[in-house]
Amino acid sequence: MQPNHHVIVDIGGVAVRLTCADRALAPILERRFGRFLNPSARPAFEFEITLITNQDDLDGDEDLRVETANGRWIAKRGDFHAEWSVAERTGRIWQTPNPYAIDSILRVVHTLVLASEGEGFLLHASSAVRDGRAYVFTGPSGAGKSTIVRLAPGDVTILTDEISYIRKARDGAGYTAFGTPFAGELSDVGAPVNAPVEALFRLGRGDDNRHERLDAPRAVRTLMRNILFFADDRTLVGRVFDTAVDFVRRIPAFELKFAPDARVWSTLQ
Amino acid sequence: MSRFVVRSERLAARKVGGEMVLLSADDSSLLLLNEVGTVVWEAADGRTSLDAIADRVCAEYEVDAATARRDVEEFVAALAAAGMVTTVSQGTGDEPAA
Repeated sequence: MQPNHHVIVDIGGVAVRLTCADRALAPILERRFGRFLNPSARPAFEFEITLITNQDDLDGDEDLRVETANGRWIAKRGDFHAEWSVAERTGRIWQTPNPYAIDSILRVVHTLVLASEGEGFLLHASSAVRDGRAYVFTGPSGAGKSTIVRLAPGDVTILTDEISYIRKARDGAGYTAFGTPFAGELSDVGAPVNAPVEALFRLGRGDDNRHERLDAPRAVRTLMRNILFFADDRTLVGRVFDTAVDFVRRIPAFELKFAPDARVWSTLQ
Repeated sequence: MSRFVVRSERLAARKVGGEMVLLSADDSSLLLLNEVGTVVWEAADGRTSLDAIADRVCAEYEVDAATARRDVEEFVAALAAAGMVTTVSQGTGDEPAA
């Protein structure tokens, strides 16, 4: 972290600058976001963080809530309170000294940026790159998202084992999957690289490894059930819905049953 | 008396692969309609009567009139229970040409 105590976290090509007067947060963020720190990236968002050491200033048991009013977004949870201006792309965060508050705030910010621009979504999915193409594995908890990337052969680069970052490709023809630092069971697993999405797989456990094409309506339903979204905003939800439909029209989706064992990877190509 | 079906404004509908996907704005629940359901949904414009919708299903899917009428009634009742449509006794305009 620089002497003025800021880091720039670059995920999905959207950089967020985090500034804190207290040097205590620096090592926490550097450890948490390691390979996703990019000091030369131009920030799309800037947040000023104030550390709160007295937990009484926050409601420790509060679940995440996201609200919007008058062009400002508010996200709050037991360990943080964040506010930012959509137009100015600046905001403030009050949080206890832990890495998870920023992790959650970044998920919310990226989700809203992608939704408002109709550009993509964050998905409860692991993803990995092989031969320059990204494979995305979604499903509920316990479906095997972490397991399948843990079984990946050595030539596979893991983008994430928990939250995939999907956005429209610049040429408009397909979608690109980006690595994220949002980890599940495996810490520090995601790599800051990206690749065009080859296919989406809905995971399920089976006796052997096989996959069948998922029809378009069910693929949309699978996506909508697994896309992260926090805001009760009809317009944004409609845009996410449109993006999910567009994704399914461009990217093949499959139901993948796997044993689980490493041979599953040989059946994917 | 004729009855008419009006789609809720509290949802988004997109046709995907020939079938309609409905997303509730209230709780983000999703409903997938099969081909027949999609025909009924597309006809539920507030101007086409339930009888006319049943006639359309009857013509497109080779079912007898009584079966089509019953299926459409049941389907519309299920959609109404899910808050996806309402039924009214007065159409919202001229019935469109079939």
